[in-house]
Amino acid sequence: MITVNSLTKRYGAVTAVDDVSFEVKPGQVTGFLGPNGAGKSTTMRILCGLTPATSGTATVLGRPYAALPNPGRHVGVLLDASAQHAGRTGREVLNLGATLMGIDRSRVDEMLSVVGLTDKESNRRIRNYSLGMRQRLGIAHALLGDPQVLVLDEPANGLDPAGIRWMRSLLRGFADEGGTVLLSSHLLNEIERVADDIIVIGRGRIVAQGTKDELLRGAGTTVRATDEQALWAALEAEGIVAQASGSGALTAEAEPAEVGAAAAKHGVALVELRGADGRGLEDMFLELTAADAREEVAA
Amino acid sequence: MNGTTLTTPTAGPAAESRTPHHASVKELPRIPGPRPTKPVSLATLSRVEWRKQVDTRAGLWFMLSIGLVVAAVMVIMFFVQQGNHSYGDYVAGTAMPLSILVPIVGILAATSEWSQRTGLTTFALEPKRGKVIGAKTVASVVTALLSMVVALGLGAAMHGLAVAVRGADADWSLTWSFVGGMLLMLVLGLLQGLGFGLSLLNTPGAIVAYLVLPTVWAILGGMVSWLSDAAKWLDMTATTGPLLEGQMTGEQWAQLGTSTLVWVVLPLAFGTWRVLRSEVK
Repeated sequence: MITVNSLTKRYGAVTAVDDVSFEVKPGQVTGFLGPNGAGKSTTMRILCGLTPATSGTATVLGRPYAALPNPGRHVGVLLDASAQHAGRTGREVLNLGATLMGIDRSRVDEMLSVVGLTDKESNRRIRNYSLGMRQRLGIAHALLGDPQVLVLDEPANGLDPAGIRWMRSLLRGFADEGGTVLLSSHLLNEIERVADDIIVIGRGRIVAQGTKDELLRGAGTTVRATDEQALWAALEAEGIVAQASGSGALTAEAEPAEVGAAAAKHGVALVELRGADGRGLEDMFLELTAADAREEVAA
Repeated sequence: MNGTTLTTPTAGPAAESRTPHHASVKELPRIPGPRPTKPVSLATLSRVEWRKQVDTRAGLWFMLSIGLVVAAVMVIMFFVQQGNHSYGDYVAGTAMPLSILVPIVGILAATSEWSQRTGLTTFALEPKRGKVIGAKTVASVVTALLSMVVALGLGAAMHGLAVAVRGADADWSLTWSFVGGMLLMLVLGLLQGLGFGLSLLNTPGAIVAYLVLPTVWAILGGMVSWLSDAAKWLDMTATTGPLLEGQMTGEQWAQLGTSTLVWVVLPLAFGTWRVLRSEVK
């Protein structure tokens, strides 16, 4: 369980994290979504006691990270899979971790097999690892101490599609057994497929948070009829606000059931009726990324 | 047709999946028993930190090179003056190269966490950074002790060989004050390296600063007379030298203490302060 309270981090005039509060519950995968440079990594580093906060608090399992005894046995952390000594073997990294945490060496072999690194690969120096292999090693290291909480920063980076799928099922299984997972990504699609709760951050501020269903549902209903004018009239008569969303479809600010009922009452034949599948979230996300994308457009 | 061939996707090496055969991870293996409520001990941390000095290719070669340099010095002595040196002379001959190389162990122990960014892992597993610095100190001092043991061991072998093969005069005398003095010199140098490393958090910078310092003293001391007086109190090379003579006067101890304060204690204090409050990224 993770609780972040009014966390702020300033670098001179730049506010990297701005009054951020959220909670990550056990038994769930919580997605931490935001464009690059939004403050995800800074928040996670503060959470793990690596970066001092300007103000605010962050606790893991009810205490500040630095107050956890032997934290590797409680919290599994992967902040940057490339932050390893290039001249060390992957197996040695896990051996060091196991010695420090006071756990049996056999656990190293178990974790290597969980993440799918072979014996031969584990004995190679990390400089020869692909990013995907580094991520797998990092996940093995995070799981080494059999933690209750996982904090993973962009763990899907560099994984092949099969690897991403494997990681989703791994995190799902971990959460289903009661574990707490905080997982960051800059890809909406990736978070959407695994997270129960979503926290969206942009330019250091939380812009949305809630369950995935809430955030996706909030977007309203996509509806389309052969007679568009009749549909407009029917919705207006029932007091449902709607907007044209292109190619003859309307986005109505109501549940699909209400929209359907309104159409039936006024005898409008529909050709399409569905929840507006996350358009709201996607729009918000695109808006957040637009500011960073502007430079590329201008160039 | 435009002549380009579209290759059909095949299950080539790129498509090879690294995912374990049990693609849906059923259950993660657990560690039986309750979770620890005790912090990681300094002994365990020190053991890990010592291992980190030798478990990389660069680290291992550096350690081996220390041994090789010690051996090389003794082999040269073996051939000079028919190898007719006392045991103590053989050991003393290694003091100069060791006092240059051993501090680099301390520098690397401190800076590699930043240059290789392993600090993200190290300080996530032990957030009490002062304790990590303590463990690095213990681990580095152990290395200094080991280098002294190697010098004593190889020195004995060489002297024994010189006596047996080249008919050198057997002289096994070795005073405690000499062994202790040389050891103190190595440990102080090592702590200086650690202090420089922690203060600069940059490997090349710390090594250059450490190596250039004595030269700067020598050059400035030669040019400016009052600086050559100051060097007697502040140049570590000058103040540690008498440690090998086997006898230290009160003034020499005071000079050693003063230079140690400036080049060992201050860098260590500043470096520790810097590491405690800096951001690990």
